[in-house]
Amino acid sequence: MLGKLAAVDKIIEAHGSEREGLIQILLDIQREFRWLPKDILEHVSKRLDVPINYIYNLTTFYAHFSLVPKGRHSMHVCMGTACHVRGAERLLERTSKVLGIKPGQTSRDEKFSLDTVNCLGACALGPVMIADDEYLSNPTMEDIRRKADSCE
Amino acid sequence: MSEIEKLLNPSDFEAFQKKIVEGRDPNRTAVAVCSGPGCLAYASGKVFDRFKVELLESGLAEEVTLAQTGCHGFCERGPSVVILPDEICYLRVSPDDVKEIIETTLRGGGIVERLLYKGEDGLPVQKESDIPFYKHQQKVVFGDNKRIDPRSIDDYIARGGYTALVKAITTMSPETVIAEVKESGLRGRGGGGFPAGAKWEATAKPPADTRYVIVNADEGDPGAYMDRGILEGNPHSVIEGLMIGGYAIGANEGYIYVRQEYPLAIDNVLYALEVLREIGLLGENILGTGFNFDIIVHKGAGAFVSGESSALMSAIEGRVGEPRPKYIRTSISGLRGKPSCLNNVETWANVPLIINKGADWFKSIGTEGSKGTKIFSLVGNVKNTGLVEVPMGMTLRQIIFDIGGGIRDDKEFKAVQTGGPSGGVIPEDMLDLHVDYDELYAAGSMMGSGGMIVMDKDTCMVNVAKYFLEFLSDESCGKCVPCRDGIDQLLEVLQRLTSGNALEEDLELIEDISLMMKECALCGLGQSAPNPVLSSIKYFKDEYIAHIAEKRCPGGVCKALIAYTIDKEKCIGCGKCMKVCPVAAITGEKKSPHKINNALCVKCDSCYQECPAKVQAVTKIRQADVITAFATSEEAANE
Repeated sequence: MLGKLAAVDKIIEAHGSEREGLIQILLDIQREFRWLPKDILEHVSKRLDVPINYIYNLTTFYAHFSLVPKGRHSMHVCMGTACHVRGAERLLERTSKVLGIKPGQTSRDEKFSLDTVNCLGACALGPVMIADDEYLSNPTMEDIRRKADSCE
Repeated sequence: MSEIEKLLNPSDFEAFQKKIVEGRDPNRTAVAVCSGPGCLAYASGKVFDRFKVELLESGLAEEVTLAQTGCHGFCERGPSVVILPDEICYLRVSPDDVKEIIETTLRGGGIVERLLYKGEDGLPVQKESDIPFYKHQQKVVFGDNKRIDPRSIDDYIARGGYTALVKAITTMSPETVIAEVKESGLRGRGGGGFPAGAKWEATAKPPADTRYVIVNADEGDPGAYMDRGILEGNPHSVIEGLMIGGYAIGANEGYIYVRQEYPLAIDNVLYALEVLREIGLLGENILGTGFNFDIIVHKGAGAFVSGESSALMSAIEGRVGEPRPKYIRTSISGLRGKPSCLNNVETWANVPLIINKGADWFKSIGTEGSKGTKIFSLVGNVKNTGLVEVPMGMTLRQIIFDIGGGIRDDKEFKAVQTGGPSGGVIPEDMLDLHVDYDELYAAGSMMGSGGMIVMDKDTCMVNVAKYFLEFLSDESCGKCVPCRDGIDQLLEVLQRLTSGNALEEDLELIEDISLMMKECALCGLGQSAPNPVLSSIKYFKDEYIAHIAEKRCPGGVCKALIAYTIDKEKCIGCGKCMKVCPVAAITGEKKSPHKINNALCVKCDSCYQECPAKVQAVTKIRQADVITAFATSEEAANE
């Protein structure tokens, strides 16, 4: 527990312990822990002398922040316009079926999270999804299953 | 950079530049491996790694420059590798091709023909600029990407980088810089098209002890990635533009607000800033001119509305990125209440060119009201997707058909969408419209940041309108009622339309709500939110009527209104559709016509896509017709 908070303190100090750096601090915490645990947010609130509800205002406003644990492997399906006209919705359905979770959910064993993103900037490959760091261009159910099976 | 030496005055810079230029042989062979977002997704990193290893092994590493560059543009055929100085362009390069390229081209001076672009006539094209996709473009901002390693300031300076900054801070007064930008006619590339010079002037005017200049790299339009292409590929061009702006406006601090979804862009910018500080082009008393300037990178945490100027500034202050009413513009009271000038990535990247080549040169490109070039992300159902830079005034037809090569699978064109969630759709009979801020606006769309999404006949315009409203409903900050509730009410109507439950009055209701939002919403997001719906009603009213009166979706997209059937006459019984069906709704013997059980079908469209293009036995019909067919035919009773 202490180790966890020490890591958070390091992040806070890197951003000058200022209220203005709050979003940057939360981004780094999210990257470190894959989500924003309550005890850590309370710690940030104390350290920066910012009310906890102010922090929750930020974390619920910005799409990148998660208040629930995320899986060890992330699957993001692009919902950009270019992907949409090439069948993004069907790709999302396929992925959801393979993983057995709905968009926004994490599997019970915390192995996978399935999320949608507005645009991955890889429009030429559309419909596209990104599994951890690997881009998959219009994968079939079989392709997605293979990728999921290869995850630890 | 070989050694770190602080540049203390303009002649230091000149000597530094001279040394770089003289140390370079323009005829030296260089291999530029594209690492833009598209190519990286096609694993161009592995191609680069293989080049590195193979060049060493072949003993050519000393004679050949190898670089991982920013986006070349032709994402459709990535990974792309360009061999300089001859500009031999290899497409769809895999790591296994690398050895052959080294032996044949680098060592032997020959061509690997199978990796070249092949035109409609089947003839290979060797030079990048002769490929039709590139031939019709005018690459002013984006052209240096393939010649610049984004991690090398030497590469940028060798191409004339930072000479515009030095020219501005040593020979021009802030007023003359502003006058030059004003004279050039440069307009904001982020969407609205506000004249950049006027914005700069307005920010420089009010008395203040501190002013800010800001780069808006919160590229949130789905289907657009131009800014990412520039920041990743040529970060110095944006930084130089920002510094010139800082000098002109009287700001000592600049911000780059970039979305955290672009990690490579962030890394490249941070690296560039570090190098600039080391050599003294950023910091206190730059080149001894008395100009102090530094830049801070702020990562955005994902909110479309944060791209709006006042919202973006509150996000930098560590607050929720919501817009505020702008009775007082951000040029007077922006970041921390100080005069602040916010421009888009592409706008800033144009500035060094204007300072170096002059306003007259810039004005010579484009139309009366829109000067210079514009980068578009040409995507969707078009053959050649990618980033394209064209002079303002080119027609949409030229972009989509000459550069884009027409519609994928040679289907029929239906519409092109510009301006993202704030823009609109443009139908076929308006394809000769010029890309120009005012012309696009008059057509009910807008220039936007540069997303250009091409749609073929299998696209449902009602569904696309609904798509944008779903996006906006998620992204509206909820601060003002007209936007928050207006979007949801519009979305409700659109949901009725796509599920076949709408009434004719609903079209009027859409117009009423839209008018209210345009008049009353707080910021640009809400005011422009009805555009995608209104423009599609304007040009594709028949599709709306079909959804209402006939319960039919002409694009064959809206699930509630369509069903799938197999044409007995056409089906060859190949079994492909049966294999791909996830719910086993298709049955049939090999080589005899198959059947779809509509009660089981989940309308995933897999069979429709799998059915060979020559056969086209799987067809879409109205859902309403299925029910009647089942109720009347004997065959159905036996199913």
